[in-house]
Amino acid sequence: MALVSYFYSMYLSFLSFLGQVAILAGDTLLSIGSGRIRPRLVIQQMAEIGFRSQLVVVVTGGFTGAVFTAQAFFQFANLNMETAVGPVVAISMFRELGPVLTGVMVAGRVGAAMSAEIGTMKVTQQIDALRALAVNPVDYLVVPRALAMFISMPFLVVECVGCGILASYYVGVQIMNIEGVYFLANTQKFSDSSDIIMALVKGFFFAGIIVFISCREGLNAKDGAVGVGRATTATVVNCSLAILIANFFLTMALNFLFPAGER
Amino acid sequence: MNAPLIHVENLIQKIGEQEILKGVTIDIKRGETLVLLGKSGGGKSVFLRHLIGLMRPVSGSIRFENIEVTHLKERELEPVRRKIGMLFQDGALFDSMNVFDNVAFPLRERGEKKPSVIREKVAQALGMVNMTGHDHKMPVNLSGGMRKRVALARAIISPPDVILYDEPTAGLDPIVSDSINKLIRHLQSELHVTSIVVTHDMVSCYHIADRIALLNEGRIYFHGTPEELRNTTDPIVRDFVDGRSGETIY
Repeated sequence: MALVSYFYSMYLSFLSFLGQVAILAGDTLLSIGSGRIRPRLVIQQMAEIGFRSQLVVVVTGGFTGAVFTAQAFFQFANLNMETAVGPVVAISMFRELGPVLTGVMVAGRVGAAMSAEIGTMKVTQQIDALRALAVNPVDYLVVPRALAMFISMPFLVVECVGCGILASYYVGVQIMNIEGVYFLANTQKFSDSSDIIMALVKGFFFAGIIVFISCREGLNAKDGAVGVGRATTATVVNCSLAILIANFFLTMALNFLFPAGER
Repeated sequence: MNAPLIHVENLIQKIGEQEILKGVTIDIKRGETLVLLGKSGGGKSVFLRHLIGLMRPVSGSIRFENIEVTHLKERELEPVRRKIGMLFQDGALFDSMNVFDNVAFPLRERGEKKPSVIREKVAQALGMVNMTGHDHKMPVNLSGGMRKRVALARAIISPPDVILYDEPTAGLDPIVSDSINKLIRHLQSELHVTSIVVTHDMVSCYHIADRIALLNEGRIYFHGTPEELRNTTDPIVRDFVDGRSGETIY
């Protein structure tokens, strides 16, 4: 009986979590729609979210592309299909790895920071001070972060994918001695604009997941420093899980619009 | 007879299972300074937070300028909040901004764009709380008393109709406390600001109060003038005023 009640309470907390994230997203979109935008804060957040995340995204994309190329080469070499390495890596980077890895890395770097910053403001009454000064915390804290995230994420995804493909070319052609012309020709032949669109659409969705979960965790932080720590951990875990789960459903949905393998 | 600026009736609030406010009823008149006394953890700050809509009561009514505020949504509360300033117990300064930007925040948020006007008003507000010359310091580099004074400057920079003070002199030395007390009196006499002050500081209480209320067991147990408080013989009020715990240590 205790076990049933434990799972029931977990189920209720999960529903409440989803509801709160959805309400926050709704409030934010309503604020954006009503023009309650502070351009200076949006630019500040774009520098924080977009500009300062580049290194982590570039390194992640580059080394993932490199190691994926090496592994694909080891397997395809047995079948004399070395020149297929290029398109396999490119399509994987565009459709899956690029958006997911960027999402997870940005959740770890930016989502955690967002949640910690807003959580600290919550437990030190700074959010109450904002409200007391007739400033809506969603307008002031969430809207600039959401806009910056929605603008920055697609660029970061493109950077991640681009670096992955460049690294793949370098490893494949310079180290594994795949013929460069065939590598490029096959990559071009098997990938097209639909792969890029898929990467951008996923990046956009993951931006929403990261920003709304992070801000929700921050705005609900309580119990001082321990609570802020808890909110930060929850942000990274929940964002990563949500990205991985959403990625599956997005892949299935987007595959109707942009079917893979029909070239 | 004038209607009260704020009318609170039968305000009830629970936190968890504990009933913090058990039916607070009080009127606050325009231009007066009301000091709210009470034990630590007795619900004084909770009461103050209800007046500005930071907390919603379980039941009861708060009417500000004859508008019921307990049912207003967050955005509908904004016009009311523009008329009320609040000094939080620990200042609640924005720690990502320096002193200048903290104090300038309400002006900028209310649409003031001219840097010269902002500079002049910030200098004036910081001057009023004896914080001139600290503009570029970050909140983390200020002492508790300085933080409180900067927070007070932020609360009064766009003079509100009502200022809520949550322990304005707690943790301050007697001289700074006296300057805060004088500032509260000054705001009342010059700008006719209505003040509601939560405090334990009896010196401050007698200095600033037009009227004093004692919150006991979640209800307003006593309210009257400072003179009436001095002369009361009620044992609960006397214990509080004279600082007697009623406990015997062997």
